[in-house]
Amino acid sequence: MGLELYLDLLSQPCRAVYIFAKKNNVPFEFKHVELFKGQHYREEFGKVNILKKVPALKDGVFTLAESTAILLYLSRKYNTPDHWYPSDTQKRARVDEYLSWHHTNIRGNAGKALWIKVLIPLFTGQTLPPEKLQEVMDELAISLKQFEEKFLQDKPFIVGSEISLADLMAIVELMQPIGVGCAIFEDRPKLSEWRNRVEEAVGKELFQEAHEIILNIKELSNIQIDPQLKEHLAPVLRKMMK
Amino acid sequence: MVVELFLDLRSQPCRALFIFAKKNNIPFEFKDVELLKGHHLSEEFGKVNVLKKVPAPLIHCLSPQHLTSACYVPCSDIAILLYLSRKFNTPDHWYPSDLQKRARVDEYLSWQHTTIREKGCKIFITKVLVPLVVGQPFSPEKLEEAVEELNSALKQFEEKFLQDKPFIVGNEISLADLVAIVELMQPVGCGCDIFENRPKLVEWRSRVEEAVGKELFQQAHEIILNVKNMSTTQLPPELREHVKQFLKP
Repeated sequence: MGLELYLDLLSQPCRAVYIFAKKNNVPFEFKHVELFKGQHYREEFGKVNILKKVPALKDGVFTLAESTAILLYLSRKYNTPDHWYPSDTQKRARVDEYLSWHHTNIRGNAGKALWIKVLIPLFTGQTLPPEKLQEVMDELAISLKQFEEKFLQDKPFIVGSEISLADLMAIVELMQPIGVGCAIFEDRPKLSEWRNRVEEAVGKELFQEAHEIILNIKELSNIQIDPQLKEHLAPVLRKMMK
Repeated sequence: MVVELFLDLRSQPCRALFIFAKKNNIPFEFKDVELLKGHHLSEEFGKVNVLKKVPAPLIHCLSPQHLTSACYVPCSDIAILLYLSRKFNTPDHWYPSDLQKRARVDEYLSWQHTTIREKGCKIFITKVLVPLVVGQPFSPEKLEEAVEELNSALKQFEEKFLQDKPFIVGNEISLADLVAIVELMQPVGCGCDIFENRPKLVEWRSRVEEAVGKELFQQAHEIILNVKNMSTTQLPPELREHVKQFLKP
């Protein structure tokens, strides 16, 4: 039994893991955990990740959660090219620094647009007032400003002249609002150029493949939501709607 | 080359750095930054930390910390801890070279941002910081909400990360335990004893304290354990205004 990666490409961190594994020819079995079907709440998956989240990794009897941890594990085990997580102490620290900040800034904000525009209406039948979306986009704008000023600056990539795990984690998040029509790259030429560089470094085909679901998310309006999932999410949704 | 650590021991991440550096005899110059006095807003500080981390109740509660060494400045405590461990070749158990053990540390350090850290912070903000800044008593409903959220996180901490092991990764203390313990001391410092009725957690805490060294542990936590001594009079008005804008109602 080889490496198994439990993923749903609707999820940003899953895309990062997917792209990384594919790009580096890491042999793995794609285990589809369909979030809309509530499969992440099933007992079976709970044995892989008790936190009930994707992505998750299973390597023999070893299981691992958290995309950052998974990416680092894969980079070490499969000896991926140095630029992903540079051995140079200072460059490496730059990646660590970004990955740390990412959690509570980009990751916190970028995904909300999908919830507000698509998921909450899908789950509750209610649409939220436009101010809600504006609020979320304003917060994201602050993070994007910091991203450009502090992390990207005038460099081609976050750490320097080559793509690293930092860029990968960032890009997949920023594609989430794109999927629901929030053109965050518009009027941000620097960010836009960076995005193009990242796409190219990843490989356009792989990038498109990974993002197919999110870029066609509007087709999900007819999807059947698992009733148990609705129940699980009710408190979270209530909070987000406040 | 001297490592300068700009720290305010009221901040959890700052404590982790302080303990780690001291425990490993990393030579450093302690630069005391009193966040509530607005030191971090000074121009000098700003040169070091572009983010000028403020008491951003966003998530990091009172956390500007950085290291200057040949003009290189990472601004995340996790990044700094890892950097120090590599640069100063600290004992393996802190960040084990074993692939799976190392992954477990990474896993915890990643997960904790939006769980233990965020929720522990929220309690501190709700109970201490907001009243300090707005001059009104804390909201019991908000505190209860924050405590409940932390309780959820603690449950996951015990079930998934600690389980029946002495430390998060196994038999020895690692960066994961260090980062966890300083976060959990934050609510304790403001009178929310999250260790009460959690014997497994209490035992783990004792082990961590011992592994760190009780004296060092106490030293790092002295300020936060006396945080009730913080009063509105200590907060300069300009700073109060500045911080207010970051505090959500």
